[in-house]
Amino acid sequence: MTVSAVIFIVLGLFFFTGGSIGILRFPDFYSRLHPAGKLDSMGLLMTMAGMALYTLRDFSLPAIITALKIMLIVVLVFITSPTATHAILDAGVRAGLGPWTAPEKKVKE
Amino acid sequence: MRHVLALSATLSFFWLVNSGHYTPLLLFFMVVSVLSVAALCHYMDVLDGESQPLNLTFTLPGYLLWLFREVILANIAVARCVWLGTSSISPCVITVTANQKSDLGIVIYANSITLTPGTVSIDLNENHIVVHALTGEAAADLLGGEMDRRVCRVEG
Repeated sequence: MTVSAVIFIVLGLFFFTGGSIGILRFPDFYSRLHPAGKLDSMGLLMTMAGMALYTLRDFSLPAIITALKIMLIVVLVFITSPTATHAILDAGVRAGLGPWTAPEKKVKE
Repeated sequence: MRHVLALSATLSFFWLVNSGHYTPLLLFFMVVSVLSVAALCHYMDVLDGESQPLNLTFTLPGYLLWLFREVILANIAVARCVWLGTSSISPCVITVTANQKSDLGIVIYANSITLTPGTVSIDLNENHIVVHALTGEAAADLLGGEMDRRVCRVEG
């Protein structure tokens, strides 16, 4: 149980790291939103699943309830995250920022 | 009436999971607060097929499972793009047509697009969704229309 929990948490941290690096690395506002909005929720899902498994080591009613609460956090984030991402995107569109349509492919080097 | 019952059940579940105390007094408080919230929603007239989509009860879980798999696969793809760097992405903006009949179906489709990494829905007018895709593959996947068909099936 503990081993699988650790595996999940490390996988989650991998996605979190990917998300942060993606924000720094990608070229424009819109493409940065992809790692910012989604790799985060994936990392959260993984780390939270790991923690839920870790809580379930000793199998008892309080442990099960704690695990359920942790999974409820994930559900709520999966509902709110697309909403927040869309709000940011919409703000960008309203401010008149045109999305980059892959010009850097030709300009490369 | 069915909507009131469904809301009460959801709220009670939420309370039971979050409280963790099961003494008669607290359970009584649960009943009181759940009933008052349900009554409030009933009189505000916000309980209808749109806020409590009961007709999707049996078709939605299967779709969510499929979506979950897609989210994980797509997340791995985006993580790969991140590690490979800017040269591996080619952002583009596409327009997809949503074939769902109800507003709710279109919203589910648009939100699923946002939830699946690599694609974000920017704008929605009538039944055209403007989508920003991170890579050409993500865009091609979406234009293939499998998600669209599945959401249509959920709608029933």
